[in-house]
Amino acid sequence: MMSEAPVLSVRDLEVSFATKRGVARVVRGVSYEVAAGETLAIVGESGSGKSVSTLALTKLIPIPPGRVTGQALLGDDDLVPLSERQLLEYRGTRVGYVFQDPMTSLNPVHTIGRQLTEHTRYHLGLSESQARERAVELLEQVGIPAAESRLDDHPHQFSGGMRQRVVIAIGLACDPDVLIADEATTALDVTTQAQILDLVRRLQRERGMAVVWITHDLGVVAGIADRVLVMYAGEVVEQAGVDTLFDLPRHPYTVGLLESLPVLGDLERRDLTAIPGLPPPPTHLPEGCAFHPRCAFRHDERCATERPPLTEVAPGHSIRSFYAVPEEAARAASTAARLPEPGSDRTTDPEGRDDARSGRT
Amino acid sequence: MSGYVLRRVGQSLLALLGVSIVVFALMHLVPGDPIRTALGTRFDQDVYEVLLARSGLDQPIPIQYVDWLTSALVGDLGVSFRTGQPVSDALMQRLPATALLAVAALLVGIVIALPAGIVSAVRQGKPVDYAANGFAQVGVSVPDFWYGILLILVFAQILGWLPPSGYTSPLDDPVDALRRLILPAVTAGVVTGAILTRFVRSSVLEAMSADHVRLARAKGMPSGYVLRHHVLRNAWIPIITVSGLQLGTLLGGIVVVEVVFAWNGLGRLALDAVVRRDYPVLQGAVLLIAGVFLLINLLVDLVYAKLDPRIAAS
Ligand SMILES: Nc1ncnc2c1ncn2[C@@H]1O[C@H](COP(=O)(O)OP(=O)(O)OP(=O)(O)O)[C@@H](O)[C@H]1O
Ligand SMILES: [Mg+2]
Repeated sequence: MMSEAPVLSVRDLEVSFATKRGVARVVRGVSYEVAAGETLAIVGESGSGKSVSTLALTKLIPIPPGRVTGQALLGDDDLVPLSERQLLEYRGTRVGYVFQDPMTSLNPVHTIGRQLTEHTRYHLGLSESQARERAVELLEQVGIPAAESRLDDHPHQFSGGMRQRVVIAIGLACDPDVLIADEATTALDVTTQAQILDLVRRLQRERGMAVVWITHDLGVVAGIADRVLVMYAGEVVEQAGVDTLFDLPRHPYTVGLLESLPVLGDLERRDLTAIPGLPPPPTHLPEGCAFHPRCAFRHDERCATERPPLTEVAPGHSIRSFYAVPEEAARAASTAARLPEPGSDRTTDPEGRDDARSGRT
Repeated sequence: MSGYVLRRVGQSLLALLGVSIVVFALMHLVPGDPIRTALGTRFDQDVYEVLLARSGLDQPIPIQYVDWLTSALVGDLGVSFRTGQPVSDALMQRLPATALLAVAALLVGIVIALPAGIVSAVRQGKPVDYAANGFAQVGVSVPDFWYGILLILVFAQILGWLPPSGYTSPLDDPVDALRRLILPAVTAGVVTGAILTRFVRSSVLEAMSADHVRLARAKGMPSGYVLRHHVLRNAWIPIITVSGLQLGTLLGGIVVVEVVFAWNGLGRLALDAVVRRDYPVLQGAVLLIAGVFLLINLLVDLVYAKLDPRIAAS
């Protein structure tokens, strides 16, 4: 899978915003690749630049004040230099987006049918009846019963889970090469969430789509990702296969994240905020390593003055730190994270992380 | 939907009933004998008796109210203390003038506010946005009679293009009516336009920041399409509401403009009635304005429900 030519290849992506408090450097030198059929998860605290880094690929951020540099290669086409008009040929058609909130992602005044057909008509040149047929097909695929009769309903006539399915169907409608799912299941209950993860995995297999899945939830990561990108203050701080990341994380930040989670085996929502301290504001980034003020492992002169490069610690596994966490400590963190605490009220779903992972390996 | 319509109509009728009580109470809150007060130095026992009997003020209050309300329902609002003319006639004579001015002013306001508000939202932070904001600031902070005087000075006195004042019915002389309408309509319309500009801008900005607008852009829809079908389609809802309310406000609040331009509308009628203590006329004018206001509100809500499918459902 890794040997295939990547569908999406992001290189040195930088995004900044001109703000009243100065230039906010929100995404800094982010690079990654996603192959067909592969899922890359992006995790990180709130504000670490996960959403902006993916919105910026097709310039869905306000420009100005925003500014994007670097490369975003979709196949052979670099999207970064393209104009708004040129980008219309990529948004929705080759890069599909699914956003977080099912309650607000649909336009309340238009029917579901209209929202599912306007882009297929515009991009694929379908007639109204063809587009409706396609919409019914999509709704059935995402598991909406009696799809045909629901096309003329408005969003408020659907439940949250159903709306999120509709939003996913919209993202899939033009058969994109890459699907970007930004917290696509965060607002849903555990059961619906598991169903939606299943659905995306199945559609991905059927269509050979590349998926970028943004989430706070390590349970979801374990359930869906092949590889994981950990972001901190706009940078990629660790990048590894999903098993490696959970078994042997080497960046102090990732280790901290895993240690701060007593129970990892469930799909319950978890915010990655348990490390003491706060991430730096993007207008006032510290010199040196962005994480050093909060780093529990080691910090010396070099951490405070020099920005560490992304270095490979094993094949396909890199970290942005001068000092990798020693293997024993990393294993301890990972074990601590995996063992459910006795007596903790575990609301584990059968779809839990360990099952999902053993299913893949 | 039809349940919603019935409910709203019911609410409006209830509100109108409330207004009628307040208006009726006006008569009885006036210290002393309203008819005696109204007649003042022109007091004449015979006239007094006639007016007293005709106004029913010699009856117990609840009966007076029911009498007054039932006659009001069939359009009988009593007679003017001053002229003896039926109040409803006086009102109907004046209503067209006020309605014409209010609607024209609203149109002027909308013609200013829609482009200014939309452009300044779409070009947020750009020079046009600052220009539109500047206009809105000045527009709302300078009182309307000032614009009125300014416009009369420039267009009537100096340039001599338009008549300075007076009302002509469009049925009598459409051209003259239009010429006389322009200055007062612009005067009242500038203020309305300034209020609406701010409102349109913030509605459009709010609609633009909605998640579903981002999704529409992420679907690769062109920006003009997104603006028309997703942003404005949602922004209309509050804009139509507030414009409707502005029409109600204009109807009631146009007194000053009517006075400046010697415009024979309801505002002047009500003002004259206050000055002359002509209570039946004042009551009638207030009741009519409130009724029209409620009617406009009702219509606005029905349009609103048509535009936003969530309203009628909840
Ligand atoms: N239009 C903008 N102008 C200025 N700063 C912005 C803008 N949009 C986003 N940012 C900043 O970019 C940073 C990254 O935001 P982003 O939404 O990518 O975070 P995130 O990792 O997706 O967080 P979350 O998990 O809360 O969704 C934040 O500090 C945010 O304040
Ligand atoms: Mg986000």
